[in-house]
Amino acid sequence: MRAFGSGLLTGLKVTLRAMTRRAVTAHYPDSLPELPPRSRGVIALMEENCTVCMLCARECPSWCIYIDSHKETAPAASPGGRERSHNMLDRFAIDFSLCMYCSICIEACPFDALYWTPEFEYSEYDIRDLVHEKDRLQEWMWTVPPPPAPDPSAEPPKEVVVAERAAAALRSDSQTAPPTPVSDSSVSDSPAGEERQ
Amino acid sequence: MTDWWNLLARTAAVLGAFLVLPLLVGQTEHKAMAHMQSRVGPMYAGGFHGWAQLIADGVKFVQKEDVVPAAADAAVFRLAPAVALVPYLVVLAVIPLSPHVAAAWLDPSLFFALAVMSVGVVGSLMAGWASANKFSLLGGLRVAAQLLAYELPLVLCAVSAAMAAGSISLADIAAAWNPWWLLWQLPGMVVFFIAGLAELHRPPFDMPVADAEIIFGPYTEYTGIRFALFLLAEYAGIVVLAALTAVLFLGGWHGPWPDQLGWLWTLAKAGACAFVVIWVRVAFPRLREDQLQRLAWVWLVPVALLQLCVTTAGVLLT
Repeated sequence: MRAFGSGLLTGLKVTLRAMTRRAVTAHYPDSLPELPPRSRGVIALMEENCTVCMLCARECPSWCIYIDSHKETAPAASPGGRERSHNMLDRFAIDFSLCMYCSICIEACPFDALYWTPEFEYSEYDIRDLVHEKDRLQEWMWTVPPPPAPDPSAEPPKEVVVAERAAAALRSDSQTAPPTPVSDSSVSDSPAGEERQ
Repeated sequence: MTDWWNLLARTAAVLGAFLVLPLLVGQTEHKAMAHMQSRVGPMYAGGFHGWAQLIADGVKFVQKEDVVPAAADAAVFRLAPAVALVPYLVVLAVIPLSPHVAAAWLDPSLFFALAVMSVGVVGSLMAGWASANKFSLLGGLRVAAQLLAYELPLVLCAVSAAMAAGSISLADIAAAWNPWWLLWQLPGMVVFFIAGLAELHRPPFDMPVADAEIIFGPYTEYTGIRFALFLLAEYAGIVVLAALTAVLFLGGWHGPWPDQLGWLWTLAKAGACAFVVIWVRVAFPRLREDQLQRLAWVWLVPVALLQLCVTTAGVLLT
């Protein structure tokens, strides 16, 4: 059995100890929080990567992504060749009053056009102003932090493996033949410029 | 002519202390309570760590509409905050800070202080009855029950100190104090402090204003400046209780250099008592109404009577 009043003394001790320690309060407007790089603050769009495949808009559970586009036809690359058509993005908008930050669009995008950024200060006085168009989404690209470094013993990322293999092939080629320009589709390790038509 | 100036100066000093000290206690409560709960408390008002928060609160209260319920007894309703507040102002005048510093010299000052302090409770009772609100009435009745239960041990312990010193003048009691009192009068001091807390309805004895049960007790219907006056009365009550505890049981101005720094010692001891009031508020949950009555009648009154016996024996034997 505990001594009489020990609970009262514990209460006093706990509060006094809490007073001597630093408060946990985040001084938000005065100092910005340090958010982890993968925080789901807002969705940024890298317009160059978007192929208007509409996967994100179709996967979105809350139907908050609006995409408009038109087709353009490029003349044949070589005489007698076929004309190539491609999609031009006219409008890409996300309604953040509907978005539930589920990250499905970012997972669904095969071309790495959508990114999370920890930026979160985009509140509006009117709910209708929460539909952000592609220029605003593009601005947020600058706030996308670099991804965290992989674990020391983790497998290297797929892009690095591919790039190293290509580099090794180049090296073995250069020992036998003079270097030849290689198409950048297999060497690039940046998200941009991959698998574009 | 000098008498009038003297009186005016003393009155102004008491009024100044009455307006500054409760705010000081309130601000300390804001910050100490916040840090005890791992928060930082007010940070903006006044610029430096929210020092002007209570002034800002006061300005806000003044701007608010003064609502008197249609069914209320308007005259009593309006008068109640004053009745709650003024007694503490009067008590503050007789509390000596050092052998030479007090606003009013009164021979039976302990008697006067205890008698006037009890009047403050009438303000809460008036508020509870005049509001024409069942929660207010319940709160008012709880105030009355609490006063009945805790006035007895409070007075008994004060009597113990008066007997030990052989005087009912606060200044004489403090002058007769010696460090042995800390041991000899310890139960009396503890009971006096607890009973005082209960009379002020401070947590953990805040059943009259238990917000989870009866909204805000007798003050439910009050808004604006009248509500602020009730709050001010609570904090003035803390100042008075802390000062009385310091003078009666902690020796007031006794300490190094009592002649020069006596007043500072009294204020420091009272400040420490006020901090304990805040500390206890943060640490302990509210008692239930029956637990409150049980604590008073089963523990505090017997301990106070025992203390009285011990004091009697001590006075007779020495």
